[in-house]
Amino acid sequence: MDNLLSIITFIPLIAATILALFLRGDDEAAQRNAKWLALAATGFTFLVSLFLLSGFDPQDTGFQFVEEREWLLGLNYKMGVDGISILFVMLTTFLMPLVVASCWTVTTRVKDYMVALLVLETLMIGVFCALDLILFYLFFEAGLIPMFLIIGIWGGANRIYAAFKFFLYTLLGSVLMLVAMVAMYVDAGTTDIPTLLAHDFPFATLTVLGVSIPGGFQTLLWLAFFASFAVKMPMWPVHTWLPDAHVQAPTAGSVVLAAILLKMGGYGFLRFSLPMFPAGSELLGPLVLWLSVIAIIYTSLVAMVQSDMKKLIAYSSVAHMGFVTMGIFAANQQGVDGAIFQMISHGFISGALFLCVGVIYDRMHTREIDAYGGLVNRMPAYAAVFMLFTLANVGLPGTSGFVGEFLTLMGVFQVNTLVGVLACTGVILSAGYALWLYRRVVFGDLIKESLRSIKDMTAREKAIFAPLIFFTILLGVYPSLVTDIIGPSVANLVDGYAVATADIEFGPTLADAAH
Amino acid sequence: MLTTILFAPLVGALVCGLMWKFIGEKAAMVFATALLFLSCLLSWIVFLTHDPYVTEQVQLLRWIESGSLLTEWSIRLDRLTSTMLIVVTTVSALVHLYSFGYMDHDPQWREDEVYKPRFFAYLSFFTFAMLMLVTADNLLQLFFGWEGVGVASYLLIGFYYRKPSAGAAAMKAFIVNRVGDFGFLLGIFALFFLVDSIQFRDIFAAAPDIAATQLEFMGGTFNAAELVAVLLFIGAMGKSAQLGLHTWLPDAMEGPTPVSALIHAATMVTAGVFLVCRMSPVMEFAPNAMAFVVLIGAATAFVAATIGLVQNDIKRVIAYSTMSQLGYMFVAAGLGAYSVAMFHLFTHAFFKAMLFLGAGSVIHAMHHEQDMRNYGGLRKKIPLTFWAMMIGTLAITGVGIPLLYLGFPVGFAGFVSKDAVIEVAYAGTAGGFAFWALVVAATLTSFYSWRLMFLTFYGTPRGNMHAHDHAHESPRVMTVPLGVLAVGSVLAGMVWYGGFFKSQESVDDFFGNVPVAEHALIDRDLPGAAHAAGEGEAHDRPVQVPGRGAIYIGPENHIIHEAHEVPVWVKLSPFVAMLLGLGTAWLFYIRNPALPRQWAANLSPLHRFLLNKWYFDEIYQFLWVNPARFLGRLFWRRGDGDVIDGSINGVAMGIVPFFTRALNRAQSGYIFTYAFTMVLGIVALITWMTFAQAN
Repeated sequence: MDNLLSIITFIPLIAATILALFLRGDDEAAQRNAKWLALAATGFTFLVSLFLLSGFDPQDTGFQFVEEREWLLGLNYKMGVDGISILFVMLTTFLMPLVVASCWTVTTRVKDYMVALLVLETLMIGVFCALDLILFYLFFEAGLIPMFLIIGIWGGANRIYAAFKFFLYTLLGSVLMLVAMVAMYVDAGTTDIPTLLAHDFPFATLTVLGVSIPGGFQTLLWLAFFASFAVKMPMWPVHTWLPDAHVQAPTAGSVVLAAILLKMGGYGFLRFSLPMFPAGSELLGPLVLWLSVIAIIYTSLVAMVQSDMKKLIAYSSVAHMGFVTMGIFAANQQGVDGAIFQMISHGFISGALFLCVGVIYDRMHTREIDAYGGLVNRMPAYAAVFMLFTLANVGLPGTSGFVGEFLTLMGVFQVNTLVGVLACTGVILSAGYALWLYRRVVFGDLIKESLRSIKDMTAREKAIFAPLIFFTILLGVYPSLVTDIIGPSVANLVDGYAVATADIEFGPTLADAAH
Repeated sequence: MLTTILFAPLVGALVCGLMWKFIGEKAAMVFATALLFLSCLLSWIVFLTHDPYVTEQVQLLRWIESGSLLTEWSIRLDRLTSTMLIVVTTVSALVHLYSFGYMDHDPQWREDEVYKPRFFAYLSFFTFAMLMLVTADNLLQLFFGWEGVGVASYLLIGFYYRKPSAGAAAMKAFIVNRVGDFGFLLGIFALFFLVDSIQFRDIFAAAPDIAATQLEFMGGTFNAAELVAVLLFIGAMGKSAQLGLHTWLPDAMEGPTPVSALIHAATMVTAGVFLVCRMSPVMEFAPNAMAFVVLIGAATAFVAATIGLVQNDIKRVIAYSTMSQLGYMFVAAGLGAYSVAMFHLFTHAFFKAMLFLGAGSVIHAMHHEQDMRNYGGLRKKIPLTFWAMMIGTLAITGVGIPLLYLGFPVGFAGFVSKDAVIEVAYAGTAGGFAFWALVVAATLTSFYSWRLMFLTFYGTPRGNMHAHDHAHESPRVMTVPLGVLAVGSVLAGMVWYGGFFKSQESVDDFFGNVPVAEHALIDRDLPGAAHAAGEGEAHDRPVQVPGRGAIYIGPENHIIHEAHEVPVWVKLSPFVAMLLGLGTAWLFYIRNPALPRQWAANLSPLHRFLLNKWYFDEIYQFLWVNPARFLGRLFWRRGDGDVIDGSINGVAMGIVPFFTRALNRAQSGYIFTYAFTMVLGIVALITWMTFAQAN
């Protein structure tokens, strides 16, 4: 199958088109059909993507399943995956059927909702597969639109504000990236990503308007990409769109946002910033480490004082993404392995946590922590599931949450002990906010009158959680499933980075400035 | 066999927790308990038959692998492991059995509620995690067990989830432990940084090199061995409730009493001591860190004992007693007498588990009343429990026949091991602070232990007479475990004296450090090995290679030998301390029961100080919890709200109203028009860019 990647990428889009064009009416039957078609399409995509996984050779650190053809307007359509991107594709295809299943109870404009989710899936897979700058940018930016609509139409009371905040933050970040891409094209004469990876962008010191810029061209490119990815991750201090977006987004939106969309930033750092602009990364890496550690401590503390469940989990997501950026810019095997692992694992865990909120939101229509308490009395299965993911979220060994956190911390400790130590306090703080949330929602006696008749999880809800539980524990106990696939590519990436930065000298003053 | 020992409890936990609906409540509990007894039986076989000179390793499965970091799930078996195996599985099996009686008809639950399988599942899961901890052959697996027992402890402390105090205590236990884990993790990172491996064998082999390395850390330069030792000890402090990180342990008594016996007395809280002993090859190269261990241990032993004096909750008294005894163990370990630390850990497991289970039996008899002021005169009502508690008290206060030596000292388990610790403390500090702290603590221990006995079993019944009238002896499933533990509390000290303390040779032989034959072969005139051992005959000892044998004794470490050479008055001191405590308790609670109230009134500030546990909780609230919440709010409202959003929104607000109108239109049915326009816009933009560049 020469075009396996295209098939995987576009199945959801085809299903979306069918839905949009042929499904008429908004009665119950039509809604059901829309949901079933979406579920079938995402499920089928996942099954097909298994071929991708089975045909993938981890030892080959180059791109595999590469497709290349002429596209309209003289652009190139080029797709391919390597050890760094393949698992993000798998994560997306794996989670989307669960996401679709999680919106079974939605009744407003179901068809449009399904279309938006399916289009979004195509765009997300596309981001991780694209091997051409323009193609990447298209997927990356277009993904904003369905997400914007999901928040803006199916979201909570204050959805318009949140949708625009989300949209503007990410779009503004991307504008700079677009400029940088044009500049890269000018310098390298191609938009082909594999070629760009091999291209050496100049890093001689530039002087612009009397300001001397160490790392020159590379630094500027790095900064431009950083603007986009940092917002996407999101990193402190450009993270404030995320809590609002999460709070207002419907459950499915939150799950996709936290589990997959945020990972595009991390993926971008790994695909572009680190290998293409090593001089820029070397110069500004310490800055990222510090921003990451600030994010971990700052957002953990903020999470502690939240009264809205989703906001709390959103802030915890920012903290966890802090571990990711820290691991990436530690730029060693453990750090980068850990960062990728953390992203995959966070996909399961944060997705599951938002689903957990969704379960009780569907029943009580509030996210206020104070509205709950003592749920364990009537919802034992829910209490158990929520407990498991709470523990996974605080990085309990034996769950996937631990592996990523441990590896990134280990990676960064070798580069900068001070950052390592400070980031390690996240281990304490995360336990603080996560268990505090759990205690207030689940433990205690059930006194609130409104909760007297709340029902435990349905079979559908249990079925959604089951695969997430399975993978959270499996990857915690046997993480080699992931590290075997990413290991060689990551080794290639870090070795290349080490070689590229070995003979870069910024001069003493500049090195000081970087610290 | 080792694998069976390890995984039987896990199977039990899973079956009990997930399948009780299918096989029935009772069957699930019996199944889990039976597996525990199997595990226990096999552990004893292993303990009695394995060759201490051979460190067995069983590889199970790959775990975290990344670059040069290679970890596996695997089992390491040496004497330290096998000792812990029998402690853990024996106490756990008995506690499982005991719980059949204790947890039956728990008044915390309604009639129709099923809670017992969950309880048994947690207990079995705890046992599994604890076994993972003690069988680990690398630091990461040890950390897995470490956190695993932490979670089990969290779940069991919060077992009565309706009680707000239980939820709070559970959370506190987990978070305070996490503070310790923070140090532990940093220790692991530092070791990996130094050795490029976190396997014990690699770390031990590299120990001398670590000691010769200086490490840049947090802006300072430290000796690597010292730094690692301190970091790991911080982890141990959390788990073993040492002064500073101890505040969770008394609150942990919110859990059901069998849990307190198993987790918060016999096994989990001793994990820190185990860790220090396990890391003996590193510890031996870190004299300053060791001094810190001794200091903390001695201070803990003393402080906890003072607080124990005034507590009225029967379980809290025993909890502070546990904390105090853990301090003893750390003093021994910190002075290099790892075998003595393990000895006290071993005997303490028996008599402390028994004290807790006995207390549970009293509580059970008194309809879950825990305040000793409402007990009194129970001796006749619950005679079996009384005798069990009596044996436990005799053991913990250290009753025995001083100076009589029949190849071993004659006395209860606590007498033998605690005296060993105190002798070590004298020899190791030349009669310094640690020694006196421990002797004073021994006096206090004796006082509060007898106070507990007198208040509970002697005098006249107090409090709710209805409860007294219906007080009854516990069922056999509860008294049988007490009997077994009683045997241990009497004999454990005398039987295993040789292995843990008798002489350096016997200890070496027990732990597989240096074969006795090699001791004999050493000719003192030969250069090399023997010289390093210094002068004297008894402690001539070949230089041990770090990592060989279960514990490493450095060439300068003669503590076991020296502890036997202490003056007679030192050997007598714990006995005198015991008598002093007993006499005072008798005076206060039997002879003149009005005295305690007078003293409390006369020394009111001191009494309040102790009653409030030296105000640790209040200080921590002020120092950590409140600032954290303050900062959280500050960052959220001011940081996120005003500074970040304020500046960005200020810019954006000009544009938003325009878009809002657009979205309203989209919502009223034009989604696709709108979406298409945007996509087209972006495509057009890029196309233009590309062409512009191409031309």
